[in-house]
Formats: sequence, C-alpha cells, structure tokens
Amino acid sequence: MSLYFTGEHEWIRVEGDVATIGISDHAQQALGDIVFAEVPEQGRSVNKGDEAAVVESVKAASDVYAPIAGEVIEGNPALADDPALINRDPEGEGWFFKMTLADASELDGLMDETAYREWVKTL
Amino acid sequence: MTEMTQAVQSLPLDAWHRSRGARMVAFAGYDMPIQYDGIIAEHLWTRAHAGLFDVSHMGQLLFHGPDLDRALETLLPGDLVGLKDGRLRYSMLLGEDGGIIDDLMATRRGEHFYLVVNGATKAGDIEQFAQRLPRNVAFDHMKEQALLALQGPEAVAVLEALVPAVSELSFMQANLFHWQGKPLWISRSGYTGEDGFEISVAARDVAALADALAADERVKPIGLGARDSLRLEAGLPLYGHDLDGAITPVMAGLTFAIGKRRRAEGGFAGALRILGELETGPILKRVGLHVEGRQPVREGARILDGEGIELGRLTSGGHSPSLGRPIAMGYVAAASAEPGTRLTIEQRGKIFAAEVTPMPFVPHRYHRKTGATA
Repeated sequence: MSLYFTGEHEWIRVEGDVATIGISDHAQQALGDIVFAEVPEQGRSVNKGDEAAVVESVKAASDVYAPIAGEVIEGNPALADDPALINRDPEGEGWFFKMTLADASELDGLMDETAYREWVKTL
Repeated sequence: MTEMTQAVQSLPLDAWHRSRGARMVAFAGYDMPIQYDGIIAEHLWTRAHAGLFDVSHMGQLLFHGPDLDRALETLLPGDLVGLKDGRLRYSMLLGEDGGIIDDLMATRRGEHFYLVVNGATKAGDIEQFAQRLPRNVAFDHMKEQALLALQGPEAVAVLEALVPAVSELSFMQANLFHWQGKPLWISRSGYTGEDGFEISVAARDVAALADALAADERVKPIGLGARDSLRLEAGLPLYGHDLDGAITPVMAGLTFAIGKRRRAEGGFAGALRILGELETGPILKRVGLHVEGRQPVREGARILDGEGIELGRLTSGGHSPSLGRPIAMGYVAAASAEPGTRLTIEQRGKIFAAEVTPMPFVPHRYHRKTGATA
C-alpha cells in the first residue's frame, strides 16, 4: 500500500491496481463544517484533472479533482447521509471514491506523506 | 484611495480573538474572527446558551441638534418623533429614489439619537448624513466605542450576573448601565432572532468586559460565520447582499419600519415611490425559500419559474444548522412571491426544487413583556 498527496490536498491510497481518493486533514480543516458531498457514479471514466466530486462546507463549495485517470469503481455511500464524516475521519472513513489505476506512472509527480505534511506546514 | 489599497485595520479585541483560537478574515476593512470552534457548533451554542459577538466594526453615531427627530425623518422612514426615550427602532437610510443606502438601528437617547450602522457602509453613511441633514444637526462618529453582542436564551442570566438591572429591559429598549464603574450603553436587541443584548463600551474597557462575559461557562465567543447563518435563519436581511441601493423597503418586505404617520404624511426620501409601492405593490419581493435535498444554494444562483424563465436571484443562501437543511433568500417577481409557490433554482448548471416559505425560518424568541406595546 502506498499513500500519495496532491497539491490540491487530495490523498490517493493505492492498493494493487485500485486507488482510493479523499481530501486531507488539512483540507477538511480549511473547509470547516462539511454539509454536503457528491461522489461520482460507478463506471464513470475520468481523466486526470477532471472534476470528480463536490464538497460543500457551511462557507463554500469546492471541487475534488481526479488526481489520476481511470474508471470509478465506487463512491463512498456513507457521505450522502453523513457528510460530516469527512471532518471526523478525512483520511479514513471519509474517503470519496475508489477508482482503477489506468497508468501507474501518473503517481510519479505526487508527494509522499512526509513531503506533503512538511509542505502543509509552510502554507 | 480605493478600498483595495487601504490597510486592513485591527479592532480593539484583535488579540483577544486570536488568543481564543479564532480564524481571522478581512471583513469591512477589519480583521475579524470568522470562527473559533466551528460555525455549526457556534451557531447551535447561540441558539441553546449564549454567544458573544464582537461587532465593533459597526458604526456608532451620536446625533444632536434642534428638531433632531424631524431632521432624521427626512432620510429615515420610521416614526422617530413618536419614539420614546430609551427605545430603539429598526430603520433605513434612504436615497432620494427610495433605494436603501443602509439599514440601521436608531435609539432616542435623551437629547440625542444614537444610530448603529453597518461597518462596510459607515463611511458612505457619514457622507450622506453630513451632506443631507440640516447644517445645525451635528453628529459624532464614536470611534472610541467598541460594540459587543450577547445573544441566546441564557444571555439575560449571564449579563444580569454582571449588570443586575438589565433584565428590566424589554426587546427594543435601551439604557445606560454601569459595570465596575464603567459606563455601558445596553440595548435589548440583536441579529440572531434570539433574546439578547448589544453593549456599547469604551474600547479601553472592552477586553475586560469580554473576559468577564466569557468567564461564564454559558458563554462562548462566536464568529462572523455563525452570525451569518443565525441571521439567515431569523429571516433578517444583510446589507450588500439582500439589500442595496436598487431595493426599496417595500421590495425588501420591511414595511413594518415605515411608521403609520409617515405613510400618511410622507416627507421622507423616496416617499413618492415608496408610498406608490405600498399602494400598488412592488415589482419584486424578497422571499424565503426552502430548498429540497442537502446541497446548499448560495448568493447569485438564478431563480427560475416552471418554464425556465429567470425570476430573480438568490441574495443569501446556505446550510441551516438548526434545521439541518438548505435555506435561501432572494428576490422574485411579485406574482411568484406567495408562500407555497414552487420554483426552481439553478446553480453551476444544476437544478434544485424550492418552495417559497414565510420567514423567519426559525421562530424569533425576543423578550417582549406581556401587555407591552411595540
């Protein structure tokens, strides 16, 4: 299992050829109380950088981008009724969607966990 | 100098907010706390207990001069001649075309009138008052005064512990009190729909007073984020969003602020248009909307009829922490303003079903003495 982060504060957990996507603890703190999340449908093909999910806090709406290309396997069904799960456990139970990993080389430009945590401290 | 180049100023409680973990944002030219623990927690705390708000960015103006009530009545549509000493009234500063330049609270304070105006608009208001009032009316911008609001069902018990006589005030009454020898001008009013108080205190004393209030376990400091969601649930308009110079008091549904005598006599800025709208009805009306689903719809979203024709725009909207669902406010053509009317909202290409609903969304719980008149 490997964990990667993007500059848009998304995390990608890769297990075999499946990637699970969510937003970082830093991102949920910056957003504040999350009141709505919309995850992509199963079977949807996404390109790297596509708008894949929506997250709304009391203050503002934000898009979650697909950090890699692939096909959506599953959106997190728990978020519709309990979007605050993203605040409580952003890097665990508050995941957004799982997708296939079409091209493993797309992971190369991403940050590892140590690099991401260090970078966030500078923001 | 434009607003963009003006430095953001600090309010007297700046360090106080930061020491309590506030996240600060620039608002109305000042660094202000947007939240401490989180907007929803602060919102629900205020509805259940007591929330302490720093609203020192607002403009406090003290007017004096001969025939002051009549002079102010030329610009404000409220009945100020009939306002008793120590009473306050919600009113508006009107343009000559009847558009709302600002909304405000006006209190008769002995020989004076005390007005509290919005922070973002106070500089413009001061220019308007200086240009449009008679030369013998003068006013002081009380820059040395801070302003706190203590709001919620436990606010009266908290404040009474420091200033015992405040419980004698009814909603929309005010008086001078003292705490540890320091003068406090306290009114029973606010912007949350709850019982509560607004306290004008010298800037040099405000940190000590905020400390004394926050030392009570029933009190938490509340940021601008919850202030906005509380006032939206209470159906109260926010200037610059729900009100502006193109909106009249009648369009905004604020006709309660136009005194009966004023309707009969006129004699205020924009009276011709406003009295005409009272007679025949306005073209647009401010309405409350319940939105289906969970996704918030926000300011700027388009309001459509069944044919997809634009009726107006949302001027405020968001998640209601008390109701656990999205609510919104906006302007629609008068024919579509009846409660129960089904409308559609379009936001970023997505369609939401909505229904016009009476406001407030959450009932007001003001402290009105039984038998007292408004």
